[in-house]
Amino acid sequence: MKTKTMASYGMLIALAFILSYIESIIPIPVPIPGIKIGLANLVVIIALFMMGPKQAFVLSMVRIVLVGFTFGSLSTMMFSLAGGILSWLLMVTARKWKGFSMTGVSILGGIGHNTGQILVAMWVVNNSILIYYLPFLLISGLVTGAAIGMTGAAITTNIKKTDFMKG
Amino acid sequence: MIKKNDLILTGIILIIALAAILFMTLTREEGGVVVVTVDGEVYKTLPLDEDTTLLIGDEQGDYNVLKIEDGEAAMTEANCPDKICVMHRSIHYDHESIICLPHKVAVEIQNGEESNVDIITN
Ligand SMILES: [Zn+2]
Repeated sequence: MKTKTMASYGMLIALAFILSYIESIIPIPVPIPGIKIGLANLVVIIALFMMGPKQAFVLSMVRIVLVGFTFGSLSTMMFSLAGGILSWLLMVTARKWKGFSMTGVSILGGIGHNTGQILVAMWVVNNSILIYYLPFLLISGLVTGAAIGMTGAAITTNIKKTDFMKG
Repeated sequence: MIKKNDLILTGIILIIALAAILFMTLTREEGGVVVVTVDGEVYKTLPLDEDTTLLIGDEQGDYNVLKIEDGEAAMTEANCPDKICVMHRSIHYDHESIICLPHKVAVEIQNGEESNVDIITN
């Protein structure tokens, strides 16, 4: 692994860590069990656009495990994993298709993140009543996804200028 | 830069989600009973129009306290780590629920008729 790539990983993981911490201290307005808004998706989407799908996946998993051990528990880690994997899958597919900008890709990521978590929650409590939360989660995924996508686009244009992550 | 497809995607998601919320709001009815399930198994069914307090506890010392008062159900106390169930507002419409994920407890409102069917099929 090149030094530059290592540095990029380090920087992105640090950023993800900070975002996860911020998220852990903000209470969500609608108390929906086990759901996190997924601010750290910013880091995953930056990695996806600057480095590639594989790197984005590694980053997402490393972040989830690290953050899970630091701020969460095994059960919260399970939610993050489900959300992280579904979100990654949707974002990679959307990026491949090339029809969306970073914002569109990120919106799909946000929705995947929330849907993955609610599916695990349904499985954990063994009760399908949780499906009634889905419309609200779609909207929250849309809003955070759009915000993250636009922030990510602004950041990547700046990074590209500095040439930092070109491997 | 934002592309046209981003906006189409946003529009589709908004329409689906808002339509679902609108449908749920317009068709919602007052519930009749409170059904408490633990790990998917019915633990207790209580009428919504009788004021009661129910302790939902297990052998490991995990507990939730459900309070039914003035036709509304709320989780007033719990020793789960996240306390999301306690923060949840009180519920009374059909299909509304309060979930305690760490304890796998679901408190859900049903209209009385549905629960009768459940009792027969069970
Ligand atoms: Zn709880």
